[in-house]
Amino acid sequence: MIEKKKNPLSGAVLYVVLILITAVTLLPLLWMLSSSFKLSTEVFTVPIRWIPETFHWENYLTIWQKIPFGLFTFNSAKLTVIITLIQLFTCSFAAYGFTKCKFRGRDTLFLCYVATIAIPWQSYMLPQYSMMQKLGLVDTHLGYILMQAFAAFGVFLLRQFFQSIPNDLLEAARIDGLSEYGTYFRIVLPLAKPSLASLAILSFVTTWNDFMGPMIYFNSEANKTIPLGIRMFQGQYSSDWQFIMAASVISLIPVFVLYLFCQRYFVQGIATSGMKG
Amino acid sequence: MPRTATGTAAKRSGMSLNTRNTLVGMTFILPNFIGFFCFVLIPVAFSFVLSFMEWDGFTEMKFVGIENFLDIFDDRVFRAALVQTVTFSIFTVAFSMVLALALAILLNNKLKGVNFFRAAIFFPYVASIVAVAAVFKAMFMKDGGPINEFLGLFLPDSMLPGWLASTDWALAACIIVQVWKNMGYFMIIYLAALQDIPYSLYEAASIDGATKWQQFKSITLPMLTPSHFYVLMMLVINSFKTFDLIFTLTEGGPGTSTTMLSQYIYNESFISWNYGGASAAAMVLFLIVAAVTLLQFRVERKFNDFM
Repeated sequence: MIEKKKNPLSGAVLYVVLILITAVTLLPLLWMLSSSFKLSTEVFTVPIRWIPETFHWENYLTIWQKIPFGLFTFNSAKLTVIITLIQLFTCSFAAYGFTKCKFRGRDTLFLCYVATIAIPWQSYMLPQYSMMQKLGLVDTHLGYILMQAFAAFGVFLLRQFFQSIPNDLLEAARIDGLSEYGTYFRIVLPLAKPSLASLAILSFVTTWNDFMGPMIYFNSEANKTIPLGIRMFQGQYSSDWQFIMAASVISLIPVFVLYLFCQRYFVQGIATSGMKG
Repeated sequence: MPRTATGTAAKRSGMSLNTRNTLVGMTFILPNFIGFFCFVLIPVAFSFVLSFMEWDGFTEMKFVGIENFLDIFDDRVFRAALVQTVTFSIFTVAFSMVLALALAILLNNKLKGVNFFRAAIFFPYVASIVAVAAVFKAMFMKDGGPINEFLGLFLPDSMLPGWLASTDWALAACIIVQVWKNMGYFMIIYLAALQDIPYSLYEAASIDGATKWQQFKSITLPMLTPSHFYVLMMLVINSFKTFDLIFTLTEGGPGTSTTMLSQYIYNESFISWNYGGASAAAMVLFLIVAAVTLLQFRVERKFNDFM
Protein backbone atom coordinates (compact mmCIF):
# COMPACT_ATOMS: atom_id res chain seq x y z
CA MET A 1 0.00 0.00 0.00
CA ILE A 2 2.93 2.28 0.63
CA GLU A 3 3.98 1.68 -2.96
CA LYS A 4 1.48 4.29 -4.07
CA LYS A 5 4.22 6.84 -3.51
CA LYS A 6 5.83 5.75 -6.75
CA ASN A 7 3.02 7.15 -8.84
CA PRO A 8 2.50 10.92 -8.46
CA LEU A 9 -0.79 10.81 -10.36
CA SER A 10 -2.42 8.35 -7.97
CA GLY A 11 -1.15 10.54 -5.14
CA ALA A 12 -2.97 13.53 -6.59
CA VAL A 13 -6.16 11.52 -7.11
CA LEU A 14 -5.93 10.35 -3.52
CA TYR A 15 -5.71 13.93 -2.33
CA VAL A 16 -8.71 14.99 -4.36
CA VAL A 17 -10.77 12.10 -2.98
CA LEU A 18 -9.68 12.84 0.58
CA ILE A 19 -10.40 16.54 0.28
CA LEU A 20 -13.86 15.80 -1.12
CA ILE A 21 -14.71 13.38 1.70
CA THR A 22 -13.39 15.72 4.34
CA ALA A 23 -15.36 18.61 2.87
CA VAL A 24 -18.58 16.61 2.93
CA THR A 25 -17.86 15.63 6.52
CA LEU A 26 -17.13 19.15 7.68
CA LEU A 27 -19.69 21.13 5.68
CA PRO A 28 -22.56 20.63 8.14
CA LEU A 29 -20.37 21.94 10.94
CA LEU A 30 -19.21 24.92 8.87
CA TRP A 31 -22.80 25.65 7.96
CA MET A 32 -23.61 25.60 11.67
CA LEU A 33 -20.86 28.10 12.36
CA SER A 34 -21.86 30.37 9.52
CA SER A 35 -25.58 30.34 10.43
CA SER A 36 -24.82 31.18 14.03
CA PHE A 37 -23.71 34.65 12.90
CA LYS A 38 -26.76 35.38 10.77
CA LEU A 39 -30.19 36.93 11.25
CA SER A 40 -33.05 34.43 11.33
CA THR A 41 -34.18 35.71 7.92
CA GLU A 42 -30.75 35.05 6.42
CA VAL A 43 -30.30 31.43 7.52
CA PHE A 44 -32.07 29.88 4.55
CA THR A 45 -31.23 32.28 1.74
CA VAL A 46 -30.71 30.75 -1.70
CA PRO A 47 -27.93 30.45 -2.75
CA ILE A 48 -26.10 29.78 0.51
CA ARG A 49 -23.93 32.59 1.77
CA TRP A 50 -21.08 30.82 3.52
CA ILE A 51 -19.72 34.06 4.90
CA PRO A 52 -22.46 36.19 6.47
CA GLU A 53 -22.88 39.71 5.12
CA THR A 54 -22.48 41.14 8.58
CA PHE A 55 -21.41 39.06 11.55
CA HIS A 56 -24.14 39.19 14.16
CA TRP A 57 -22.01 38.48 17.20
CA GLU A 58 -24.95 39.51 19.36
CA ASN A 59 -26.50 36.06 18.75
CA TYR A 60 -23.88 34.73 21.10
CA LEU A 61 -25.00 37.20 23.77
CA THR A 62 -28.72 36.68 23.24
CA ILE A 63 -28.64 32.96 23.96
CA TRP A 64 -27.43 33.57 27.50
CA GLN A 65 -30.31 35.99 28.11
CA LYS A 66 -33.21 34.21 26.40
CA ILE A 67 -32.84 31.04 28.45
CA PRO A 68 -30.70 30.28 31.54
CA PHE A 69 -27.93 28.96 29.31
CA GLY A 70 -25.24 29.87 31.83
CA LEU A 71 -26.90 27.67 34.43
CA PHE A 72 -27.22 24.84 31.90
CA THR A 73 -23.53 25.12 31.07
CA PHE A 74 -22.67 25.00 34.74
CA ASN A 75 -24.88 21.92 35.23
CA SER A 76 -23.34 20.15 32.25
CA ALA A 77 -19.84 20.89 33.50
CA LYS A 78 -20.63 19.82 37.05
CA LEU A 79 -22.24 16.51 36.05
CA THR A 80 -19.52 15.75 33.54
CA VAL A 81 -16.71 16.32 36.03
CA ILE A 82 -18.32 14.35 38.87
CA ILE A 83 -19.28 11.38 36.71
CA THR A 84 -15.88 11.27 35.05
CA LEU A 85 -14.12 11.31 38.43
CA ILE A 86 -16.29 8.52 39.84
CA GLN A 87 -15.69 6.48 36.69
CA LEU A 88 -11.94 6.96 36.85
CA PHE A 89 -11.76 6.00 40.50
CA THR A 90 -14.10 3.01 40.62
CA CYS A 91 -13.32 1.62 37.18
CA SER A 92 -9.55 1.63 37.59
CA PHE A 93 -9.95 -0.03 40.98
CA ALA A 94 -12.29 -2.67 39.62
CA ALA A 95 -10.22 -3.23 36.50
CA TYR A 96 -7.19 -3.91 38.69
CA GLY A 97 -9.22 -6.42 40.69
CA PHE A 98 -10.35 -8.12 37.52
CA THR A 99 -6.89 -8.25 35.95
CA LYS A 100 -4.32 -8.66 38.66
CA CYS A 101 -6.05 -10.24 41.64
CA LYS A 102 -6.80 -13.95 41.49
CA PHE A 103 -9.92 -15.24 43.19
CA ARG A 104 -12.75 -17.61 42.53
CA GLY A 105 -15.70 -16.34 40.50
CA ARG A 106 -13.69 -13.47 39.09
CA ASP A 107 -14.13 -14.33 35.45
CA THR A 108 -17.83 -15.12 35.83
CA LEU A 109 -18.35 -11.74 37.45
CA PHE A 110 -16.47 -10.01 34.69
CA LEU A 111 -18.59 -11.78 32.11
CA CYS A 112 -21.64 -10.26 33.85
CA TYR A 113 -20.08 -6.83 33.37
CA VAL A 114 -19.29 -7.35 29.71
CA ALA A 115 -22.73 -8.77 29.01
CA THR A 116 -24.37 -5.57 30.22
CA ILE A 117 -22.46 -3.58 27.60
CA ALA A 118 -24.53 -5.38 25.00
CA ILE A 119 -27.80 -4.69 26.83
CA PRO A 120 -29.38 -1.54 25.40
CA TRP A 121 -30.02 1.04 28.10
CA GLN A 122 -33.58 1.41 26.85
CA SER A 123 -34.36 -2.10 27.99
CA TYR A 124 -33.76 -1.27 31.65
CA MET A 125 -34.20 2.49 31.78
CA LEU A 126 -37.79 2.11 32.97
CA PRO A 127 -37.14 -0.05 36.06
CA GLN A 128 -34.13 2.16 36.75
CA TYR A 129 -36.38 5.21 36.58
CA SER A 130 -39.06 3.77 38.86
CA MET A 131 -36.33 2.75 41.30
CA MET A 132 -34.98 6.28 41.33
CA GLN A 133 -38.54 7.51 41.78
CA LYS A 134 -38.92 5.31 44.89
CA LEU A 135 -35.68 6.74 46.23
CA GLY A 136 -36.86 10.27 45.48
CA LEU A 137 -33.93 10.79 43.09
CA VAL A 138 -35.79 11.65 39.89
CA ASP A 139 -35.16 15.24 38.84
CA THR A 140 -32.02 15.43 40.98
CA HIS A 141 -28.42 15.50 39.87
CA LEU A 142 -27.59 12.72 42.31
CA GLY A 143 -30.01 10.31 40.62
CA TYR A 144 -28.51 11.02 37.23
CA ILE A 145 -24.96 10.64 38.54
CA LEU A 146 -25.73 7.27 40.14
CA MET A 147 -27.29 6.04 36.96
CA GLN A 148 -24.43 7.16 34.69
CA ALA A 149 -21.35 6.54 36.80
CA PHE A 150 -21.33 2.76 36.89
CA ALA A 151 -21.44 1.78 33.26
CA ALA A 152 -19.46 -1.38 32.60
CA PHE A 153 -17.63 0.04 29.62
CA GLY A 154 -15.02 1.84 31.73
CA VAL A 155 -14.07 -1.36 33.55
CA PHE A 156 -13.84 -3.19 30.25
CA LEU A 157 -11.64 -0.51 28.67
CA LEU A 158 -9.20 -0.24 31.59
CA ARG A 159 -8.97 -4.02 31.92
CA GLN A 160 -7.81 -4.13 28.31
CA PHE A 161 -5.03 -1.70 29.22
CA PHE A 162 -4.07 -3.32 32.52
CA GLN A 163 -3.55 -6.68 30.83
CA SER A 164 -0.56 -5.19 29.05
CA ILE A 165 1.18 -4.43 32.36
CA PRO A 166 3.59 -7.33 32.96
CA ASN A 167 2.78 -9.48 35.99
CA ASP A 168 6.50 -9.83 36.81
CA LEU A 169 6.59 -6.17 37.70
CA LEU A 170 3.77 -6.56 40.20
CA GLU A 171 5.27 -9.72 41.66
CA ALA A 172 8.55 -7.94 42.19
CA ALA A 173 6.66 -5.23 44.07
CA ARG A 174 4.85 -7.80 46.20
CA ILE A 175 8.08 -9.57 47.06
CA ASP A 176 9.52 -6.21 48.07
CA GLY A 177 6.73 -6.11 50.62
CA LEU A 178 4.19 -3.81 49.01
CA SER A 179 0.62 -4.73 49.82
CA GLU A 180 -1.86 -5.24 47.01
CA TYR A 181 -3.08 -1.66 47.54
CA GLY A 182 0.45 -0.33 47.57
CA THR A 183 1.14 -2.14 44.30
CA TYR A 184 -1.94 -0.55 42.80
CA PHE A 185 -1.20 3.01 43.89
CA ARG A 186 2.57 3.04 43.52
CA ILE A 187 3.12 0.80 40.48
CA VAL A 188 -0.02 0.35 38.41
CA LEU A 189 -1.62 3.77 38.67
CA PRO A 190 1.43 5.72 37.44
CA LEU A 191 1.81 3.28 34.53
CA ALA A 192 -1.87 3.57 33.69
CA LYS A 193 -1.94 7.34 33.27
CA PRO A 194 -2.45 7.33 29.48
CA SER A 195 -5.25 4.78 29.76
CA LEU A 196 -6.93 6.83 32.49
CA ALA A 197 -6.72 9.84 30.20
CA SER A 198 -8.45 7.85 27.48
CA LEU A 199 -11.26 6.80 29.78
CA ALA A 200 -11.60 10.34 31.15
CA ILE A 201 -11.99 11.78 27.68
CA LEU A 202 -14.46 9.20 26.45
CA SER A 203 -16.52 9.56 29.62
CA PHE A 204 -16.36 13.37 29.38
CA VAL A 205 -17.67 13.38 25.82
CA THR A 206 -20.44 10.87 26.54
CA THR A 207 -21.76 12.73 29.56
CA TRP A 208 -21.36 16.19 28.07
CA ASN A 209 -23.36 15.20 24.99
CA ASP A 210 -25.92 12.96 26.68
CA PHE A 211 -29.46 13.88 25.76
CA MET A 212 -31.81 11.02 26.61
CA GLY A 213 -30.79 10.67 30.26
CA PRO A 214 -31.25 14.36 31.15
CA MET A 215 -34.43 14.50 29.09
CA ILE A 216 -36.01 11.71 31.11
CA TYR A 217 -34.60 12.68 34.50
CA PHE A 218 -34.67 16.48 34.61
CA ASN A 219 -37.98 18.30 34.61
CA SER A 220 -37.15 21.45 36.52
CA GLU A 221 -35.24 24.12 34.70
CA ALA A 222 -32.69 24.41 37.50
CA ASN A 223 -31.37 20.93 36.71
CA LYS A 224 -31.20 21.03 32.93
CA THR A 225 -28.09 20.69 30.79
CA ILE A 226 -26.85 22.20 27.51
CA PRO A 227 -28.42 19.63 25.11
CA LEU A 228 -31.83 20.30 26.69
CA GLY A 229 -31.15 24.03 26.42
CA ILE A 230 -30.49 23.80 22.69
CA ARG A 231 -33.82 22.05 22.30
CA MET A 232 -35.57 24.92 24.07
CA PHE A 233 -34.88 27.18 21.10
CA GLN A 234 -36.82 24.85 18.84
CA GLY A 235 -40.41 26.03 18.98
CA GLN A 236 -43.39 24.01 17.85
CA TYR A 237 -43.90 26.07 14.69
CA SER A 238 -40.94 28.32 14.31
CA SER A 239 -37.37 27.89 15.33
CA ASP A 240 -34.78 30.53 16.01
CA TRP A 241 -32.19 28.73 13.93
CA GLN A 242 -29.44 31.29 14.50
CA PHE A 243 -29.74 30.81 18.28
CA ILE A 244 -29.89 27.03 17.95
CA MET A 245 -26.70 27.16 15.89
CA ALA A 246 -24.97 29.55 18.28
CA ALA A 247 -25.86 27.35 21.26
CA SER A 248 -24.69 24.29 19.34
CA VAL A 249 -21.37 25.95 18.55
CA ILE A 250 -20.93 26.72 22.25
CA SER A 251 -21.69 23.11 23.14
CA LEU A 252 -19.02 21.91 20.70
CA ILE A 253 -16.24 24.18 21.94
CA PRO A 254 -15.14 22.21 25.05
CA VAL A 255 -15.18 18.93 23.14
CA PHE A 256 -13.31 20.51 20.26
CA VAL A 257 -10.60 21.95 22.51
CA LEU A 258 -10.24 18.66 24.35
CA TYR A 259 -10.06 16.85 21.05
CA LEU A 260 -7.45 19.21 19.69
CA PHE A 261 -5.09 18.65 22.59
CA CYS A 262 -5.81 15.03 23.47
CA GLN A 263 -6.51 13.43 20.12
CA ARG A 264 -3.89 10.80 20.88
CA TYR A 265 -5.86 9.55 23.89
CA PHE A 266 -9.11 9.41 21.96
CA VAL A 267 -7.52 7.28 19.31
CA GLN A 268 -5.73 5.11 21.83
CA GLY A 269 -8.89 4.52 23.83
CA ILE A 270 -10.91 3.51 20.81
CA ALA A 271 -8.17 1.36 19.32
CA THR A 272 -7.68 -0.46 22.63
CA SER A 273 -11.35 -1.23 23.09
CA GLY A 274 -11.20 -2.85 19.67
CA MET A 275 -8.34 -5.15 20.64
CA LYS A 276 -9.09 -8.70 21.58
CA GLY A 277 -8.45 -9.10 25.31
CA MET B 1 6.03 -18.45 44.35
CA PRO B 2 4.60 -15.02 43.73
CA ARG B 3 2.26 -15.14 46.69
CA THR B 4 4.80 -15.72 49.47
CA ALA B 5 4.39 -12.28 50.99
CA THR B 6 0.63 -12.43 51.14
CA GLY B 7 0.88 -16.11 52.04
CA THR B 8 2.73 -15.53 55.29
CA ALA B 9 0.50 -12.61 56.12
CA ALA B 10 -2.48 -14.88 55.62
CA LYS B 11 -1.06 -17.50 57.94
CA ARG B 12 -0.48 -14.87 60.55
CA SER B 13 -4.06 -13.62 60.42
CA GLY B 14 -5.35 -17.19 60.42
CA MET B 15 -7.06 -16.99 57.05
CA SER B 16 -6.53 -19.34 54.15
CA LEU B 17 -4.67 -17.90 51.20
CA ASN B 18 -7.73 -18.27 49.02
CA THR B 19 -10.04 -16.40 51.36
CA ARG B 20 -7.53 -13.65 51.72
CA ASN B 21 -7.00 -13.27 47.99
CA THR B 22 -10.74 -13.23 47.44
CA LEU B 23 -11.18 -10.55 50.08
CA VAL B 24 -8.43 -8.35 48.67
CA GLY B 25 -9.76 -8.78 45.13
CA MET B 26 -13.25 -7.97 46.30
CA THR B 27 -12.22 -4.71 47.95
CA PHE B 28 -10.91 -3.54 44.59
CA ILE B 29 -14.07 -4.44 42.75
CA LEU B 30 -16.56 -3.45 45.42
CA PRO B 31 -16.79 0.35 44.95
CA ASN B 32 -17.75 -0.13 41.35
CA PHE B 33 -19.73 -3.29 41.89
CA ILE B 34 -22.10 -1.80 44.49
CA GLY B 35 -23.16 0.91 42.06
CA PHE B 36 -23.22 -1.49 39.14
CA PHE B 37 -25.31 -3.99 41.08
CA CYS B 38 -27.86 -1.45 42.35
CA PHE B 39 -28.23 0.71 39.27
CA VAL B 40 -27.62 -1.70 36.41
CA LEU B 41 -28.05 -5.36 37.41
CA ILE B 42 -31.17 -4.93 39.56
CA PRO B 43 -32.99 -2.84 36.93
CA VAL B 44 -32.05 -5.40 34.26
CA ALA B 45 -33.55 -8.21 36.37
CA PHE B 46 -36.55 -6.07 37.26
CA SER B 47 -37.15 -5.32 33.61
CA PHE B 48 -37.42 -9.05 32.93
CA VAL B 49 -40.01 -9.43 35.70
CA LEU B 50 -41.97 -6.38 34.59
CA SER B 51 -42.44 -7.72 31.08
CA PHE B 52 -44.81 -10.34 32.55
CA MET B 53 -46.70 -7.83 34.68
CA GLU B 54 -49.37 -5.25 34.20
CA TRP B 55 -48.34 -2.03 35.90
CA ASP B 56 -48.71 1.72 35.49
CA GLY B 57 -46.05 2.57 38.06
CA PHE B 58 -48.51 3.45 40.81
CA THR B 59 -51.22 0.85 41.36
CA GLU B 60 -50.55 -2.76 42.33
CA MET B 61 -48.66 -5.02 39.92
CA LYS B 62 -50.55 -7.88 38.36
CA PHE B 63 -49.05 -11.01 36.79
CA VAL B 64 -50.40 -11.42 33.27
CA GLY B 65 -48.12 -14.06 31.76
CA ILE B 66 -47.18 -13.43 28.15
CA GLU B 67 -50.12 -11.12 27.52
CA ASN B 68 -47.86 -8.06 27.20
CA PHE B 69 -45.97 -9.76 24.40
CA LEU B 70 -49.18 -10.69 22.59
CA ASP B 71 -50.41 -7.12 23.02
CA ILE B 72 -47.35 -5.44 21.55
CA PHE B 73 -47.20 -7.80 18.60
CA ASP B 74 -50.82 -6.87 18.00
CA ASP B 75 -49.86 -3.20 18.02
CA ARG B 76 -49.37 -1.81 14.52
CA VAL B 77 -46.92 0.78 15.84
CA PHE B 78 -44.75 -1.86 17.48
CA ARG B 79 -44.61 -3.94 14.32
CA ALA B 80 -43.73 -0.86 12.30
CA ALA B 81 -41.04 0.05 14.86
CA LEU B 82 -39.60 -3.46 14.66
CA VAL B 83 -39.40 -3.42 10.86
CA GLN B 84 -37.96 0.11 10.83
CA THR B 85 -35.35 -0.69 13.45
CA VAL B 86 -34.19 -3.69 11.45
CA THR B 87 -34.15 -1.71 8.17
CA PHE B 88 -32.33 1.17 9.80
CA SER B 89 -29.77 -1.19 11.31
CA ILE B 90 -29.07 -3.16 8.15
CA PHE B 91 -28.38 -0.04 6.10
CA THR B 92 -26.46 1.73 8.84
CA VAL B 93 -24.27 -1.29 9.51
CA ALA B 94 -23.56 -1.95 5.82
CA PHE B 95 -22.74 1.65 4.87
CA SER B 96 -20.74 2.37 8.03
CA MET B 97 -18.63 -0.75 7.66
CA VAL B 98 -17.76 -0.23 4.00
CA LEU B 99 -17.08 3.49 4.45
CA ALA B 100 -15.06 3.03 7.63
CA LEU B 101 -12.88 0.40 5.99
CA ALA B 102 -12.44 2.43 2.80
CA LEU B 103 -11.51 5.55 4.77
CA ALA B 104 -9.11 3.61 6.96
CA ILE B 105 -7.33 2.21 3.90
CA LEU B 106 -7.16 5.64 2.27
CA LEU B 107 -5.82 7.21 5.44
CA ASN B 108 -3.30 4.47 6.12
CA ASN B 109 -1.04 6.10 3.54
CA LYS B 110 1.93 8.17 4.57
CA LEU B 111 0.61 11.42 3.16
CA LYS B 112 1.24 14.99 4.12
CA GLY B 113 -1.62 16.21 6.29
CA VAL B 114 -2.98 12.73 6.91
CA ASN B 115 -3.52 13.60 10.55
CA PHE B 116 -5.73 16.50 9.61
CA PHE B 117 -7.92 14.28 7.44
CA ARG B 118 -8.19 11.66 10.17
CA ALA B 119 -9.08 14.26 12.77
CA ALA B 120 -11.70 15.90 10.54
CA ILE B 121 -13.45 12.64 9.72
CA PHE B 122 -13.46 11.55 13.33
CA PHE B 123 -14.77 14.83 14.73
CA PRO B 124 -18.51 14.27 14.08
CA TYR B 125 -18.32 11.32 16.45
CA VAL B 126 -17.57 13.56 19.42
CA ALA B 127 -20.00 16.30 18.42
CA SER B 128 -23.17 16.68 20.47
CA ILE B 129 -26.08 14.75 18.96
CA VAL B 130 -28.52 17.54 19.68
CA ALA B 131 -26.31 20.04 17.87
CA VAL B 132 -25.79 17.65 14.96
CA ALA B 133 -29.51 16.97 14.69
CA ALA B 134 -30.27 20.68 14.73
CA VAL B 135 -27.92 21.32 11.81
CA PHE B 136 -29.20 18.43 9.76
CA LYS B 137 -32.80 19.37 10.45
CA ALA B 138 -32.05 22.74 8.90
CA MET B 139 -29.95 21.31 6.08
CA PHE B 140 -32.61 18.74 5.15
CA MET B 141 -35.38 21.37 4.84
CA LYS B 142 -37.39 20.65 1.70
CA ASP B 143 -37.49 24.26 0.54
CA GLY B 144 -34.39 26.36 1.00
CA GLY B 145 -32.38 23.69 2.79
CA PRO B 146 -28.80 23.51 1.49
CA ILE B 147 -29.01 19.81 0.59
CA ASN B 148 -32.01 20.21 -1.70
CA GLU B 149 -30.49 23.39 -3.03
CA PHE B 150 -27.49 21.34 -4.12
CA LEU B 151 -29.60 18.49 -5.52
CA GLY B 152 -31.68 21.11 -7.36
CA LEU B 153 -28.67 21.72 -9.59
CA PHE B 154 -29.17 18.25 -11.09
CA LEU B 155 -32.83 17.41 -10.48
CA PRO B 156 -36.08 19.16 -11.36
CA ASP B 157 -37.93 20.59 -8.36
CA SER B 158 -40.64 17.94 -8.51
CA MET B 159 -38.10 15.19 -7.92
CA LEU B 160 -36.46 16.69 -4.86
CA PRO B 161 -36.97 14.46 -1.81
CA GLY B 162 -38.89 15.83 1.18
CA TRP B 163 -36.33 14.27 3.57
CA LEU B 164 -37.38 14.57 7.21
CA ALA B 165 -40.86 15.82 6.31
CA SER B 166 -41.67 12.88 4.05
CA THR B 167 -42.66 9.40 5.19
CA ASP B 168 -40.69 7.91 2.29
CA TRP B 169 -37.42 9.72 2.91
CA ALA B 170 -37.23 10.36 6.65
CA LEU B 171 -35.67 7.00 7.45
CA ALA B 172 -33.07 7.45 4.70
CA ALA B 173 -32.19 10.87 6.11
CA CYS B 174 -31.74 9.36 9.58
CA ILE B 175 -29.46 6.65 8.17
CA ILE B 176 -27.33 9.26 6.41
CA VAL B 177 -26.86 11.27 9.59
CA GLN B 178 -26.12 8.19 11.68
CA VAL B 179 -23.47 6.97 9.22
CA TRP B 180 -21.96 10.46 8.94
CA LYS B 181 -21.71 10.77 12.70
CA ASN B 182 -20.24 7.37 13.57
CA MET B 183 -18.07 6.23 10.67
CA GLY B 184 -15.01 8.02 12.06
CA TYR B 185 -15.10 5.90 15.19
CA PHE B 186 -15.00 2.64 13.26
CA MET B 187 -12.41 4.06 10.89
CA ILE B 188 -10.08 4.47 13.89
CA ILE B 189 -10.57 0.83 14.89
CA TYR B 190 -9.78 -0.35 11.37
CA LEU B 191 -6.85 2.03 11.12
CA ALA B 192 -5.30 0.63 14.30
CA ALA B 193 -5.70 -2.90 12.96
CA LEU B 194 -4.29 -2.00 9.54
CA GLN B 195 -1.16 -0.66 11.15
CA ASP B 196 -0.62 -4.03 12.83
CA ILE B 197 -0.48 -5.94 9.54
CA PRO B 198 3.16 -6.74 8.89
CA TYR B 199 4.47 -4.98 5.81
CA SER B 200 6.48 -8.06 4.84
CA LEU B 201 3.24 -9.76 3.79
CA TYR B 202 2.65 -7.13 1.13
CA GLU B 203 6.29 -7.23 0.08
CA ALA B 204 6.18 -10.98 -0.40
CA ALA B 205 2.92 -10.69 -2.32
CA SER B 206 4.20 -8.06 -4.69
CA ILE B 207 7.36 -10.06 -5.35
CA ASP B 208 5.06 -12.92 -6.30
CA GLY B 209 3.37 -10.52 -8.70
CA ALA B 210 0.07 -10.06 -6.86
CA THR B 211 -1.95 -7.02 -7.95
CA LYS B 212 -3.19 -4.39 -5.49
CA TRP B 213 -6.68 -5.86 -5.60
CA GLN B 214 -5.36 -9.39 -4.96
CA GLN B 215 -3.33 -8.07 -2.03
CA PHE B 216 -6.41 -6.38 -0.62
CA LYS B 217 -8.50 -9.53 -1.04
CA SER B 218 -5.99 -12.05 0.27
CA ILE B 219 -4.01 -10.04 2.82
CA THR B 220 -5.85 -6.98 4.05
CA LEU B 221 -9.37 -8.36 4.37
CA PRO B 222 -8.47 -11.66 6.09
CA MET B 223 -5.94 -10.00 8.40
CA LEU B 224 -8.69 -7.68 9.60
CA THR B 225 -11.06 -10.51 10.57
CA PRO B 226 -11.06 -9.80 14.34
CA SER B 227 -11.76 -6.14 13.63
CA HIS B 228 -14.58 -6.98 11.25
CA PHE B 229 -16.29 -8.94 14.00
CA TYR B 230 -15.77 -6.26 16.63
CA VAL B 231 -16.93 -3.46 14.32
CA LEU B 232 -19.92 -5.48 13.20
CA MET B 233 -20.94 -6.24 16.76
CA MET B 234 -20.59 -2.66 17.97
CA LEU B 235 -22.45 -1.35 14.92
CA VAL B 236 -25.34 -3.76 15.39
CA ILE B 237 -25.64 -2.96 19.09
CA ASN B 238 -25.38 0.77 18.48
CA SER B 239 -27.86 0.95 15.67
CA PHE B 240 -30.43 -1.19 17.45
CA LYS B 241 -30.37 1.09 20.45
CA THR B 242 -30.25 4.40 18.56
CA PHE B 243 -32.55 6.87 20.25
CA ASP B 244 -31.10 10.35 20.72
CA LEU B 245 -30.36 11.02 17.10
CA ILE B 246 -33.71 9.99 15.68
CA PHE B 247 -35.66 11.52 18.53
CA THR B 248 -33.97 14.88 18.00
CA LEU B 249 -34.29 14.65 14.21
CA THR B 250 -37.89 13.48 13.78
CA GLU B 251 -39.35 12.39 17.16
CA GLY B 252 -40.28 9.19 15.30
CA GLY B 253 -42.32 10.93 12.63
CA PRO B 254 -43.73 11.88 10.26
CA GLY B 255 -46.51 9.56 11.38
CA THR B 256 -44.60 6.56 12.73
CA SER B 257 -42.25 6.33 9.76
CA THR B 258 -39.05 6.65 11.83
CA THR B 259 -40.27 5.24 15.15
CA MET B 260 -37.60 2.84 16.41
CA LEU B 261 -37.96 0.17 19.09
CA SER B 262 -36.14 2.40 21.55
CA GLN B 263 -38.61 5.18 20.96
CA TYR B 264 -41.55 2.80 21.22
CA ILE B 265 -40.23 1.77 24.63
CA TYR B 266 -39.84 5.42 25.60
CA ASN B 267 -43.38 6.28 24.47
CA GLU B 268 -44.94 3.32 26.25
CA SER B 269 -42.97 4.12 29.43
CA PHE B 270 -43.15 7.85 29.77
CA ILE B 271 -46.17 8.83 27.71
CA SER B 272 -48.65 5.92 27.96
CA TRP B 273 -47.41 4.69 31.40
CA ASN B 274 -47.81 1.15 30.13
CA TYR B 275 -44.88 -0.34 32.03
CA GLY B 276 -45.68 -3.95 31.13
CA GLY B 277 -45.84 -3.25 27.41
CA ALA B 278 -42.71 -1.13 27.54
CA SER B 279 -40.80 -3.88 29.35
CA ALA B 280 -42.01 -6.52 26.92
CA ALA B 281 -40.79 -4.38 24.02
CA ALA B 282 -37.52 -3.86 25.92
CA MET B 283 -37.19 -7.62 26.26
CA VAL B 284 -37.69 -8.04 22.50
CA LEU B 285 -35.00 -5.43 21.84
CA PHE B 286 -32.67 -7.18 24.29
CA LEU B 287 -33.32 -10.60 22.78
CA ILE B 288 -32.60 -9.38 19.25
CA VAL B 289 -29.33 -7.78 20.29
CA ALA B 290 -28.34 -10.80 22.38
CA ALA B 291 -29.17 -13.20 19.54
CA VAL B 292 -27.15 -11.20 17.02
CA THR B 293 -24.21 -10.95 19.42
CA LEU B 294 -24.23 -14.68 20.20
CA LEU B 295 -24.55 -15.54 16.54
CA GLN B 296 -21.53 -13.39 15.80
CA PHE B 297 -19.47 -15.09 18.49
CA ARG B 298 -20.47 -18.46 17.07
CA VAL B 299 -19.57 -17.53 13.53
CA GLU B 300 -16.34 -15.95 14.69
CA ARG B 301 -15.28 -19.11 16.51
CA LYS B 302 -16.20 -21.29 13.52
CA PHE B 303 -14.29 -18.92 11.32
CA ASN B 304 -11.21 -19.02 13.53
CA ASP B 305 -11.27 -22.81 13.65
CA PHE B 306 -11.52 -22.87 9.91
CA MET B 307 -8.54 -20.57 9.44
